[in-house]
Amino acid sequence: MAELHLKSHRFRAEREADWLRLERLLDRVERGGAAKLSRQELMDLPALYQQALSSLSVARSISLDLALVDYLESLCTRAYFIVYGVRSRLRERAADFFLRAWPAAVRSLWRETLVSASITALGAVCAYVLVQRDPSWFYAVVPQNLSEGRGPDATTAFLRSTLYAAPSARDALGVLAAFLFTHNAQVALFAFALGVACCLPTAALMVDNGGVLGAFLALFISRGLGLPAAGWLLIHGVTELFAVTLAGAAGFSVGWAVAFPGARGRLEAIGQAGRRGAVVMAGVVVMLIAAGLLEGFARQLIRQDAVRLAVAAVTALVWVLYFYLPRRGARS
Amino acid sequence: MSLAFDPRPRKTRPDRAPDDGWREFITPEGVDLRLRIGSYMERCAAFALDLAIMAVVLVGFSLVALVTLWSSPGDTGIQIIEIIWLLGFFLLRNFYLVIFEMRPGGATPGKRALGLRVVTRDGGRLTADAVFARNAMREIEFFLPAIFFLARGQGIDAALIGLGAIWSGVFLFFPLFNRDRLRLGDLAAGTMVVRTPKRVLAPDLSESSRASHRRASFTDAQLDAYGIKELQVLEQVLRSGERQAITEVARRIRRKIDWQGGLELSDRSFLSDYYTELRARLESRLLFGHRRADKFDRP
Repeated sequence: MAELHLKSHRFRAEREADWLRLERLLDRVERGGAAKLSRQELMDLPALYQQALSSLSVARSISLDLALVDYLESLCTRAYFIVYGVRSRLRERAADFFLRAWPAAVRSLWRETLVSASITALGAVCAYVLVQRDPSWFYAVVPQNLSEGRGPDATTAFLRSTLYAAPSARDALGVLAAFLFTHNAQVALFAFALGVACCLPTAALMVDNGGVLGAFLALFISRGLGLPAAGWLLIHGVTELFAVTLAGAAGFSVGWAVAFPGARGRLEAIGQAGRRGAVVMAGVVVMLIAAGLLEGFARQLIRQDAVRLAVAAVTALVWVLYFYLPRRGARS
Repeated sequence: MSLAFDPRPRKTRPDRAPDDGWREFITPEGVDLRLRIGSYMERCAAFALDLAIMAVVLVGFSLVALVTLWSSPGDTGIQIIEIIWLLGFFLLRNFYLVIFEMRPGGATPGKRALGLRVVTRDGGRLTADAVFARNAMREIEFFLPAIFFLARGQGIDAALIGLGAIWSGVFLFFPLFNRDRLRLGDLAAGTMVVRTPKRVLAPDLSESSRASHRRASFTDAQLDAYGIKELQVLEQVLRSGERQAITEVARRIRRKIDWQGGLELSDRSFLSDYYTELRARLESRLLFGHRRADKFDRP
């Protein structure tokens, strides 16, 4: 038997080399990214993929060699995800994110953002009124590790000192910034993820977050420290509150899609809301890094109320203009 | 008019065959790639592996930090290490999985070890926002239940923790309640996890039969005893190379086809010859449009 007697065997023998070449290319791309391939190899990849795909079709109809069909399926699947999964370079993607995708996603969530902000404000007002009537409510609203001795029992002098205190060695600037950033980012991610449970847990988180703010303000205003406390809070608080509000908004949009998917299918609606929310959340992490730096460094280094408030106003202006300023090409 | 009358045709639920986990996945070229859904246990194992890797990295990281701390006295050393540890833990928890899934392989080390990868449900490309969304959801799918299960309390606290554990358990076991084993993150990102094991091109079995010297020849009647299904079982037996299975299968086939050639041919080469001839016959009939599914499928 010198000649190849099975047609399927001859079919395989003629194409085997190309399959193996494709497999080697895939191995290299999966290991090190497409950058490692030469120009020629990049050009060959789609052609080899098409060839493997047509081999798979033919093999399914003429070959009874199960291992061969399995191999071609696995090869084509790997190639498919590389050929159709091509993406732009990191730098282009980052530029697109900051110039277009992030502001656009935030703008499209304006309703949810308003809702989220109102719920936070509601929490703040409730806590403010409660603490003003009966200061012991402060302990119910503010967790122990956040208050750090600040409370209705503390003296006014102590409260004032916390607003202007030089950082102790333990709370050194960088450590504080890192701690605050990681803590807040985790809370923001929770607010987003909890949205899936039909918005309610996210709303609870927002009320809680506003409550802490309201309770602190009530305490400091009752001692005549309202303006200094506002400067102390808002210098980073504008950025931080805005970020957490946006995280809540992203969570609400997902929860809303779960409850009321509208004309689209529920799965599709959730997927769209989730991906848009993810864009917002990636930006929220960036905002929280900025807030952490402002809180850890700027607040400890700037001691004048007026300057603190000015910084707060500038950050508010920058964020609002960046997100909501109409820009060309935003319609598409 | 009767209220019970419903003019719309009732949607009847078709009888579904038990789910084998295979899903149609059609490329723009119109070829079905047939993907298999990753099972819940496979995915748990992959995530456990990833957690273990994260833990090892963090512990190693802390050890290096401690050693550096010892060698550099003073406050700044402690602070820098504290910062690095805080940020390192945060980055590991939130971005270890994201970064690996954004690479061309679409899989974390744990997933790759189990032959799993993340794909979009509509067959499009896996974007960064989808990867971010599906991993942000892990906060409530894994970390929230973990917090509740590790929490301890007395009285009313204990009751609340218990309720919380039940509530968050819904998220943890969510994949068990849908066909495609989607977890909440997959839902929010429009993705699914499939098995795409790497395979190597195995040698053609008809090749090894040609190389051997002695050849058994079979009559048409003997080759008509089996169909495609039996051929592929035979292929698996031959490829596995298990002695016992080969002996047993050879004995059965000899009896079934009423083999008169005696036992001078080894079981393996007998099966290998029979495989080649059977495949040649079934394939040539396939070319003429006769697909014989199994031995019961009489022409």
